[in-house]
Amino acid sequence: MRLRRSLRFTAGAIPLVSLLCLYAQNPPDYAREIQPILEKNCYSCHGEKLQSAGLRLDQKQSALAKLVPGKAAESEIYRRVAGMGNLARMPMGGALPAAQVALIKAWIDGGANWSDTVISSAPKKKHWAFIPPVRPALPVVGNAAGNSKWVRNPIDRFVLAKLDAESLTPSPEADRAKLLRRVSLDLIGLPPTPEETDAFLKDKSPQAYEKQVDRLLASPHYGEKWARHWLDGARYADSDGYEKDKPRFVWFYRDWVINAFNRNLPYSEFIVDQLAGDLLPNATQDQRVATGYLRNSMINEEGGVDPEQFRMEAMYDRMDAIGKGMLGVTIQCAQCHNHKYDPLQQEEYYKLFAFLNNSNEATAAVYTPEQQMKIAGLLRRVREIESSLQHRTPDWETRMATWEASVANNQPEWQVVRPEVDDISTGGQRYILQDDGSLLAQGYAPTKHTVKLTAKTSLANITAFRLELLTDPNLPLGGPGRSIKGTGALSEFRVEAAPAAKPDAKPEPVKISRATADINLPETPLEAMFFDKSNKTRVTGPIEYAIDGKDETAWGFDAGPGLRNQPRKAVFTAEKPLANAGETVLTFYLKQNGGGWNSDDNQNNNLGRIRLSVTNAPDAVADPLPAGVREILGIPKAQRSPAQVQTLFGYWRTTVAQWNDENDTIAALWKQHPEGSSQLVLNERGKVRETHQLIRGDFLNPGKLVTGGVPSFLNPLPAGAPVNRLTFAKWIVARDAPTTARAFVNRLWQAYFGIGIVETSEDFGTQSSPPSHPELLDWLAVEFMDRNWDVKAMQRLIVTSATYRQSSNVTPELLARDPYNRLLARGPRFRVDAEIVRDIALSASGLLNEKIGGPSVYPPAPAFLFQPPTSYGPKVWNNSTDNEQYRRAIYTFRFRSVPYPMLQTFDSPTGDSSCVRRARSNTPLQALTTLNEPLFIESARALARKTLSDGGSTDAQRLNYAMRRVLARAPSAEESAELLQLLVKEQQRFADGKHDPKLFAGVDSAQTAAWTAVSRVLLNLDETITKE
Amino acid sequence: MNSPGTHISRRWFFEQCGVGLGAVALKSLLAESAQAAAPMVAPMDLLAPKPPQFPAKAKNVIFLFMAGAPSHLELFDNKPELKKFDGTLPPPELLKGYRSAFINPNSKLLGPKFEFKKYGQSGAELTNLLPHLSTVVDDIAIVKSMVTDAFNHAPGQLLMNTGTMQFGRPSMGAWVTYGLGSESKNLPAFVVFSSGKKGPSGGNSCWGSGFLPTVYQGVQFRSSGDPVLYLSNPEGVDAELQRDSLDSISRLNQMHLGVTGDPEISTRINSFEMAFRMQSSAPELMDITKESKETLELYGAEPGKPSFANNCLLARRLVERGVRFVQLYHEAWDQHAALVKDIKINCQDTDKACAALVKDLKQRGLLENTLVVWGGEFGRTPMVQGGDDGRDHHPNAFTMWMAGGGIKRGVTIGESDDLGFNVVKDKVHVHDLHATMLHLLGFDHTKLTYKFQGRPFRLTDVHGEVAKQLLA
Repeated sequence: MRLRRSLRFTAGAIPLVSLLCLYAQNPPDYAREIQPILEKNCYSCHGEKLQSAGLRLDQKQSALAKLVPGKAAESEIYRRVAGMGNLARMPMGGALPAAQVALIKAWIDGGANWSDTVISSAPKKKHWAFIPPVRPALPVVGNAAGNSKWVRNPIDRFVLAKLDAESLTPSPEADRAKLLRRVSLDLIGLPPTPEETDAFLKDKSPQAYEKQVDRLLASPHYGEKWARHWLDGARYADSDGYEKDKPRFVWFYRDWVINAFNRNLPYSEFIVDQLAGDLLPNATQDQRVATGYLRNSMINEEGGVDPEQFRMEAMYDRMDAIGKGMLGVTIQCAQCHNHKYDPLQQEEYYKLFAFLNNSNEATAAVYTPEQQMKIAGLLRRVREIESSLQHRTPDWETRMATWEASVANNQPEWQVVRPEVDDISTGGQRYILQDDGSLLAQGYAPTKHTVKLTAKTSLANITAFRLELLTDPNLPLGGPGRSIKGTGALSEFRVEAAPAAKPDAKPEPVKISRATADINLPETPLEAMFFDKSNKTRVTGPIEYAIDGKDETAWGFDAGPGLRNQPRKAVFTAEKPLANAGETVLTFYLKQNGGGWNSDDNQNNNLGRIRLSVTNAPDAVADPLPAGVREILGIPKAQRSPAQVQTLFGYWRTTVAQWNDENDTIAALWKQHPEGSSQLVLNERGKVRETHQLIRGDFLNPGKLVTGGVPSFLNPLPAGAPVNRLTFAKWIVARDAPTTARAFVNRLWQAYFGIGIVETSEDFGTQSSPPSHPELLDWLAVEFMDRNWDVKAMQRLIVTSATYRQSSNVTPELLARDPYNRLLARGPRFRVDAEIVRDIALSASGLLNEKIGGPSVYPPAPAFLFQPPTSYGPKVWNNSTDNEQYRRAIYTFRFRSVPYPMLQTFDSPTGDSSCVRRARSNTPLQALTTLNEPLFIESARALARKTLSDGGSTDAQRLNYAMRRVLARAPSAEESAELLQLLVKEQQRFADGKHDPKLFAGVDSAQTAAWTAVSRVLLNLDETITKE
Repeated sequence: MNSPGTHISRRWFFEQCGVGLGAVALKSLLAESAQAAAPMVAPMDLLAPKPPQFPAKAKNVIFLFMAGAPSHLELFDNKPELKKFDGTLPPPELLKGYRSAFINPNSKLLGPKFEFKKYGQSGAELTNLLPHLSTVVDDIAIVKSMVTDAFNHAPGQLLMNTGTMQFGRPSMGAWVTYGLGSESKNLPAFVVFSSGKKGPSGGNSCWGSGFLPTVYQGVQFRSSGDPVLYLSNPEGVDAELQRDSLDSISRLNQMHLGVTGDPEISTRINSFEMAFRMQSSAPELMDITKESKETLELYGAEPGKPSFANNCLLARRLVERGVRFVQLYHEAWDQHAALVKDIKINCQDTDKACAALVKDLKQRGLLENTLVVWGGEFGRTPMVQGGDDGRDHHPNAFTMWMAGGGIKRGVTIGESDDLGFNVVKDKVHVHDLHATMLHLLGFDHTKLTYKFQGRPFRLTDVHGEVAKQLLA
């Protein structure tokens, strides 16, 4: 019904006949265009399993018996699908769309060509995209019009061959200025400056254009432009999604992508680093940062979540992103069942899944290159001082051994207790019991809560309780706390005891007389991020603060950058041994009140992973030796590595009083350690996590156990390769991977021409749209791999082709013939991406701050967006007031739940899920944005000021100048007249006091205000935000 | 001053370019079906009004989204047995496989906190928290047998809005505008308001367009100030300068259209014209001072004071102006604690306006064509959270109500068990609700599809049955 309506609707505009003309000389290809229609609509009744009326359409002989080649109107197949004659129209489920009926007609009329090599069905032909590409021969071109001279590189041969077949001719080359603007927008996402345009126009050398291409490819802005395309598929955003949508730290990954494009990292390495950089030998910080790709999944930390459920959601998201963005195969369907259309089995989905399922959701401390140098310098100094101590103390080894002997067995025996968690007491945080009896805090992190833990013990006469704070790769920076630095604070520690035999007896509070810890820091006010609006003085300090009965004081264990993420411990000694016998129920209360006021932001200061133990030894105190040092002591001396010996020495020297000066010097050096930033990364778990095929994709419903493996329709794993994530990553970029190179070159093509050679760039499976230029796609894919996955080489190849250099002007005839420019008889013309819309205004007006990389920035946005009830919770968005607000839009902070309005309006994806093909809308909200949004207005003002100061002395010169900044061309006479008329009229109205020039232009000048009006018009033109 | 020629050219563009050069239609012809993916098409075409698949009563939807999840046990679902067993543990067999957000599922039962009474000719049961709704019970249908799959807010709200707990899918408002287009030339087709303590947990994705063209995403309106971002002219720009600027932009774009021949430029010209019209139509919409005193009182709306009541009145005004889908979020219902106090406040904030909306739509003859839906993302546990004044999230049974647009009047359907824990009769899953809403709007939910990633997607995914008991 809907289809018929639209047919009626268009009947006047585009006669169906003209579409059919398209096929007159070039009938549809059976394998690519006809067979899929028959397979989808007919095979279920007329195929391998069922042959209604004795007909099998998947076999040539049977099918051809029902048609007359060259005469569709006499062919039963066509008559039945077209609804001609008296017999029932096929298929039974509903008529085929008119376009498909037309295809079948054109195929039969064209001779019903059915090559024997593509005889379908048993065995079923493999879908083209799942066969590795081979380099096709370059088509011989050169029709009567002598078009072969047009060819500049192999791309053009494929395009021209198709145009020849369609009896179309290429468009002439675009006007030079326009071409420079096009290639600048495409390669660096910024329009050319008037100086760049002039230089190009003056350059008469035959290589003038290629020189510009090389200049642009070498620009650091190239990485910014192309990183943004990749970040869409990598679902990049600066917050963690879902309800609270807290800010998180992933901009190091964003910068890594920018740099990867700029240094032209081969695509194969680009992929391996992102999927398994952490597993490469001697992985660098950069390679670890690259795994942020996988960690860009959202995390739900609303109160009361099951963290495992959302870990699984994140896993599905990773699979989806790899499928869409790297493989070009939609694999998501097989999460719940076998893929309906593509040959992917559910089990195979989980085999792929198993490669990814053995990781920790980690964050790493990361440092800029300058900071890394500084750290290396500090560590070198520390080593130098320690070496000199050793040098000066020839018997240090003996002395250290004596010390070692004195501490080796000085620890009492501790019994770990396995507590039960009182769910109500956690404030929604989950305490997950680990194998070692510790509890790992996950999920929502309340900023203030007192967890109640109950444990049974049969140890009699308990004298002391030990609280260990353990590190864990899943905690921020490894913990042991949950604050964004991996630290925490313990406000109060309390314990009660009761005999297990008398469950109704009131538990007796245990009086704690003394507390010791392996770290005791001086009193320090809580950091600003923990401000709780109480205006009380809240501090951290030594362990005594955890038993002083005051909520405002807490035991703190933040030893500063470089040192803070280590295990810690405290021991609480009972005033007198418990008079308990038999089984005792201990109830621990760990008050954690060190967080801030906003529990929807990163303000928790909780403990991250805790373990409780008891002892009945007298005089138990906290072991002053760090856990790592204690561990080394457990290793026989002969087996210790030099590094371990050095670590041991590093601790021992702090106990040697005569070295106080050196120890102080070293402590002072550590204080200079840079804070750095943090970045979400993956790292591999030691103990392999089992992967099950999940029944209907439900993680509570595990089916059979699976191990890492790959789908049988794709390239096999190399024999003997270890089953791990690195092998998986290399498999994706193997030379025989059928879709990887195709998917990437197709996305390049999509960025240049608006639509990929395969329109469904996320899906090359059997349901994908057929490629417009299949041989070209394969040629590009093979060329890409043969050039060692050299991305810049492919960019250069595309932008220097004659195909790319064509004018985008279009005649009504060509538009009717090829509305979406799939045949490429003209150059591309379409609105630029959201970020570039903003960048063009900033660049043309001269406001652009060209700084590359760094933390995300906060250009102006209305405050209410970040407050309830618009945002779920209050979010921090301090409008940048300095020139950080004029950074390129790729650096705008991206909250997933509150997208930056200007970017959202122009179709920038939110990062909720992987997106490799943006929508491109054209809406009134976009018009309101470019007309009225503050930064666009500021751009208009700045352009006006610049025009008046640098644009010459006459209005005509100035207009020329402004127009060239925006459009890289001079105005036509007609355009000039229009704009000068506006200028004159508005200048008069501003001068007449009709409206206030200062309000509009920021200065009290009618002339500046009038030029601001003209600039605003220029920045709002269709051409301004269009690549043409 | 505008020259006469400007007016003519403006009108010409609106009338002629609105239908463009048939880019959409051409695409449809070439594509496999009229519902195929169309990445680069003109918004006017995408939003043109379209007939449904079959004749239907409902043309518009107002969805009153009670975010945070109201307690069915304190409002609609009368459970004397729950009262009787207050303070005892629930039967263990109920808890098998049950997952809860905050509490240990094996927590004591908590009796309902408010008294129920029967109202209207239909005898619908409500507590005394809803005195206003009680006056319209004969116009609404209460569904006591709602079921969902999610027990956390963000996934629950996503499921209620998009039919899945995963991000990236279109919301129901987007699906409906995709199916029916827009009747309004001056306002967005899908408008969202937010009131209450917080924003919705699902964020923007609750009204997102997912993989559908972005013109179908909900546009968030603000109840005070500029309803739409960047609606007002910049400071110092008077009406004439704005008009002159737009005329210049239009003429320059027109000149460039002559050079390039790209019909997308016509669409751009049109978008600017619609933006200009929106600059006057949106403030006019928001100006509720023009409403009668009786109407303002009916809703409890006060001009200039943003509230859920104002939003309800605005919802009516939007529907009057042809806006297809209006969604009002009111985030306030997450009563883990202080249940009695907070739910009272919430009802005071919303009850009057909800009932007023039904009455007002009815008296204006709009209720027949407007489907009103009230509800949250899940229900609340019969078990207590904390001392004796809170309930946790509960997906197994909850209550919603609907009115107008082909919904049966004055009925209550479905039943939960004696404790209000599980549904025992006429279960309506969220997918079934979606199927029913689409049915009322004239769509077979299995046939309103969009091809993405190689397969046809729909709001109800592979689920959903129309709840026939709800149909008038």
